[in-house]
Amino acid sequence: MLGRGHFFKWYMGIFLVFLYAPAILLPVFAFNDSSVVSFPLKGFTTKWFAVLQTTDSLHVAVRNSLMIAVTTAIFSTLFGVLAARASTRFSFPGRRSIMGFIMLPMVLPEIIIGVSLLVVIIQMGFELSLWSIILGHILICTPFCIAILSSAFMNLDQSLEEASFDLGQTRWNTFWLVILPLVMPGIVASLLIAFTISLDEFIIAFFLAGTEPTLPVYIWGQLRFPQKLPSLMALGTILLVLSISLLLIADYFRRRGVRKTGIENSGGFL
Amino acid sequence: MTQPIIQLKGFDKFFGDFAALSQVDLDIKTGEFFSLLGPSGCGKTTLLRSIAGFETPSAGSLYIDGKTMEGVPANKRPTNMVFQSYAIFPHMSVAENVAYGLKARRLPKAEITTRVAEAIAMVGLEGFGGRASHALSGGQRQRVALARALVLKPRVLLLDEPLSALDKKLREQMQSELRRLQRAVGITFVLVTHDQEEALTMSDRIAVMFDGKIAQVATPQALYGQPCSRRVANFIGMMNFLDAKILSTSGDTVEVDVQSLGKLSLSLSQATGGIEGCNSAGVRPEMLTILTGSQTAEREIEAVVSEVFYYGDMTYYDVRLPFKEEPITITMRNTAGRTVLAVGENARVGWSASSLLLLR
Amino acid sequence: MTWFQKWRRGEGAQGLFLISPTLAFTLLLLAVPLVLVVALSFWTQDYLTLHRTFTMDNYKTAWSEPMYQYLMGRSLKISMMVTAMTVLLAYPVAYFISFYVPPKRKAMWIFLITIPFWTSYLMRIFLWKVILGYNGVVNGSLMGLGLIEEPLSFILYNQNAVVLTLAHAWVPFAILPIFVALERVDRSLIEAAEDLGDSKLRRFFRVTLPLSMPGVIAATIIVFIPTIGDYVTPRLVGGPNGLMIANMIELQFKKANNAPLGAALAISAMAIVTCVALIFIWMNKKYIRGAK
Repeated sequence: MLGRGHFFKWYMGIFLVFLYAPAILLPVFAFNDSSVVSFPLKGFTTKWFAVLQTTDSLHVAVRNSLMIAVTTAIFSTLFGVLAARASTRFSFPGRRSIMGFIMLPMVLPEIIIGVSLLVVIIQMGFELSLWSIILGHILICTPFCIAILSSAFMNLDQSLEEASFDLGQTRWNTFWLVILPLVMPGIVASLLIAFTISLDEFIIAFFLAGTEPTLPVYIWGQLRFPQKLPSLMALGTILLVLSISLLLIADYFRRRGVRKTGIENSGGFL
Repeated sequence: MTQPIIQLKGFDKFFGDFAALSQVDLDIKTGEFFSLLGPSGCGKTTLLRSIAGFETPSAGSLYIDGKTMEGVPANKRPTNMVFQSYAIFPHMSVAENVAYGLKARRLPKAEITTRVAEAIAMVGLEGFGGRASHALSGGQRQRVALARALVLKPRVLLLDEPLSALDKKLREQMQSELRRLQRAVGITFVLVTHDQEEALTMSDRIAVMFDGKIAQVATPQALYGQPCSRRVANFIGMMNFLDAKILSTSGDTVEVDVQSLGKLSLSLSQATGGIEGCNSAGVRPEMLTILTGSQTAEREIEAVVSEVFYYGDMTYYDVRLPFKEEPITITMRNTAGRTVLAVGENARVGWSASSLLLLR
Repeated sequence: MTWFQKWRRGEGAQGLFLISPTLAFTLLLLAVPLVLVVALSFWTQDYLTLHRTFTMDNYKTAWSEPMYQYLMGRSLKISMMVTAMTVLLAYPVAYFISFYVPPKRKAMWIFLITIPFWTSYLMRIFLWKVILGYNGVVNGSLMGLGLIEEPLSFILYNQNAVVLTLAHAWVPFAILPIFVALERVDRSLIEAAEDLGDSKLRRFFRVTLPLSMPGVIAATIIVFIPTIGDYVTPRLVGGPNGLMIANMIELQFKKANNAPLGAALAISAMAIVTCVALIFIWMNKKYIRGAK
């Protein structure tokens, strides 16, 4: 009996160190006053963050990535809303296999998606552009959006819709007055998750990037130059803080949604 | 005679191969409190939802107030519904919930305000108008659902097991309140329930449903006193059954041979579902008495007590009759001075031929 | 009303109508491209011109050339090692959260587990390089403690580093399904097993583990299949002996300009991975049935 609690305490301790090691080192090196990313630490500085402000090629990449991430978030959430609503509210022939197919990009290796989109775009005679990356990102983000939105739609009591209809409202108004406000937290969470995934996605973006880089493609290019590394650490720190804030906001909205619909919080993101 | 508010003719509803409703004919009178009673899966909720317009019939027709409802969607029907889960919009306040249907009808603001206030007062929720609806108790949600439907002054109010989510005490309180409300507004109420006690205490008339078919439509007293079949008798209250064989019928009298009781001649009216196919005699437990001391009855039979269930005000006895394996149940009021018999004691059971029913 | 009007009003039609944009998008951008990749794998290319005559040559090359065989074998081995390590690492964590954390704090723990996943993907891999490197964190601390005299070289630029880095990247994805499966295990079943005389260890192997197996299978699939397609981790921390088949696929599509061979390699890899996954699922079904 004595062994068990202690086993888990030790195990979880070591596991968390393993899990958090990179995330903790990132800000450590970002504020380290040395042009070499290694121990021992040399002192505190914020100069690497200042370097970021003057790097124009970075700004281009950030702008590209933001454009891609915003567009991806909107479209994959839109596709997610349609699919989640269809699969939770209606039963239609082939529902399971259709949903399985739409969710497939979740388990497919990203290289396969990257390769196949590359082939199609080139065969069709299109130029690689930011739009090709957007298409790829919508494809991989939609399953995540569906997963989040399905739980939002599933928590929606079907009799609420029927009640609205029964009280004389049209289907269209029922959607705007009852369904949309109640799944709104799920939609916000879905937008944020898709945004975050797209912002960080590299494998597909690398395959489909034309002349214009996204942020991860830019980072990949810079990793070859040792003198750029400290400022990359600073960039990574900013991205980490941004991602976590977005996730916390997404989780806040999800919880609010759970509270609103009056259903027990069943924990767990994703 | 006034026209029935709801008329169903040859109503069928299939879900795939499963017949949820088959050949339902039903008239519901204007202003009555009508209940659809049956075990779960009997089609009562499907019937209610068909009246509301949430299910389209596979065959047959529905008239509300003399008008056909074919092609009329739920939002255009003169019915409103109280849902089992109440379906209170969680993102709106109590007043916003109640005003929902009025706003859909685009009524002037002033009228909406007064009617909402009236409806909230009618269900006893004065002062709760601004309350967030997710902070309400079960009983309060029920009242909001009622106010929200009644404020629209529907011709028919449909209630889908509205009391099943409440605890026993609150349920009893809401039963009398529903009855009071129905009398006050004079609207036809159609209630779905699986609780026979609830149906008996509240309704003017009850339809008992089994397997998608209506078994009997009657007032509570008629349903209890003259059930049309063994199944109905068994579902409404308790009933003891004895095998019976019809020997002959002549005019108004029936000669029967009843298990344990012997040959009897009964009135034809005691075959409440028709004499054809009758093979049991039923008797309610309270129609039998256990005689003490010098008490006598019209007819008596010797029995042995096999089980005693003491309820305080009542005692339920299981007694074994001669020539019958299954014991029958007798309920006795525990009046002053009456001793409770013990298992194994002999009991003299008093009965009368007129309390027997002949059933299929 | 005709049958068509009835059908149009029915549930099925509405559901199909709603899902059609998403389905059309996925068909157009997943199914069509995949079909095209399959077609491409039967074509040939010299420099930039594509010959659309059917040939099995790409598959012959992909399956017979020793280098590809070797890469494929190594990729499979690495993916399996990653999967095994990830699931083994994840199970106790999921078990701890499900059985030892009070219900109110479970969501917080799950959140805690997923945070590192949101560190930039490339940065995370790169930082493992810093941690495992010759002058890295591990060597630095071990030398500082006097445990070793000179830096360990077997921890970076080899397959171990690839396995460790990939396991780190995928562990949250393995914890979630196992956690969900453990949460679904009826606690009274475990008590019943104990009540019937099982020791804690036997109880775990006879009740808890078989009942949580669906989560383990899901975790395995979620980790195993995508891992074969990673070409960034091998490139950054794998060294020459840590490269995987995905690096070769990337090379064929980008620098070597032999997309058909790349397509054949990609499809072969997918086929092998799918077969292995199916065999694994089948073996598990037998295991669970055997446990009954």
